[in-house]
Amino acid sequence: MRKPYVRPMTGWWKRDPFFVVYMWREATSLAVAAYAIVLVVGVLRLAQGQAAFDGWLQALRSWPSILFHLVLLAAMVIHAVSWFKIMPKTMPMMFVGGERVAGETITRAGFAAAVAAALALFVVAWMFKP
Amino acid sequence: MKTIPIEVMRYRPEQDDKPWWQKFDLPYTDDMSVLQGLLAIKDDFDGSLSLRWTCRMAICGSCGVMINGKPKLGCKTFLRDYAPGGLRVEALAHFPIERDLVVNIEDFIEKLERVTPYIVPKEPRTLEQGEYLQTPHQLEQFEQFSSCINCLLCYAACPQYGLNDKFVGPAALALLHRYNADSRDGAQQERMQVVNAKEGVWSCTAVGYCSEVCPKGVDPANAVNQNKVASAKDYFLRFVAPKGGAR
Repeated sequence: MRKPYVRPMTGWWKRDPFFVVYMWREATSLAVAAYAIVLVVGVLRLAQGQAAFDGWLQALRSWPSILFHLVLLAAMVIHAVSWFKIMPKTMPMMFVGGERVAGETITRAGFAAAVAAALALFVVAWMFKP
Repeated sequence: MKTIPIEVMRYRPEQDDKPWWQKFDLPYTDDMSVLQGLLAIKDDFDGSLSLRWTCRMAICGSCGVMINGKPKLGCKTFLRDYAPGGLRVEALAHFPIERDLVVNIEDFIEKLERVTPYIVPKEPRTLEQGEYLQTPHQLEQFEQFSSCINCLLCYAACPQYGLNDKFVGPAALALLHRYNADSRDGAQQERMQVVNAKEGVWSCTAVGYCSEVCPKGVDPANAVNQNKVASAKDYFLRFVAPKGGAR
């Protein structure tokens, strides 16, 4: 007698720590989108003239905004780290001098590039500080 | 002899409405695999336990089970690693349970057939013309993907397959890539239709757990994601170089 039993998928993402990390990676992409919106609003305000742009800058300096940005920063770090970890699996095979580049090397190169880009941005922002 | 607590998921379609856990205090030695433990249960405690197994050495891919919630080969996992706490053995996740630890894998077999899992020669050669030659670099493009033993641990690790079994899934797509990446093969266009479909590579959300659990180092997530690039190229290139009759 056949009576196949299909197990439910409810709460599947809590079953394994690997899935929890995956869900954090996916959820924190919303923070990336939120920050993109903040920047787009800045560009739109800039197009409306100096007064509008100054208003936007003023809003960024408020406490709720700083708190919001700290949360976004933390989410961005989680997103970047988890993405660079999966990055070797998402890429075509890379060969240097006939040898295949190891996944760990690709992940580390990703971390290095992210840190270098963040530092460069920080230095540039510091140089043009009013 | 020392013993280890082991719970085994039972499901007997004639009597049971849903699976239940059966507990044993299993005598074991340090060299015993979980598969050997299950066979000892069947021999000495309860002969009605059903399970699949053949080779006992991680080649046949028959004894995949969930051990403490993680997909593993029973033959490649040791009881000693779960002492003294014990372990829970459950049928492979995401597949319908036929009986006890035996799941129905017909769905995968159908998908395997769909990916044309054999070489269709690009240029047929006669015996007199000799063998097909390949460089080490050409071999490396597909070699790791040819190590798949169809154990289906990757399907048990894939939540997208668990949520929607229309998804072609990690092993079948890894095997598809094994042939598409082979310089001797000429059936890429045929297989791209499986790759491009909604239930093809685009149903993968890069969880990546399939590659973590693979007992043979196949890295199916890499095969699937390489084919997202291939699928995107296939889509956009047809505007540049239309192929007659291609969808």
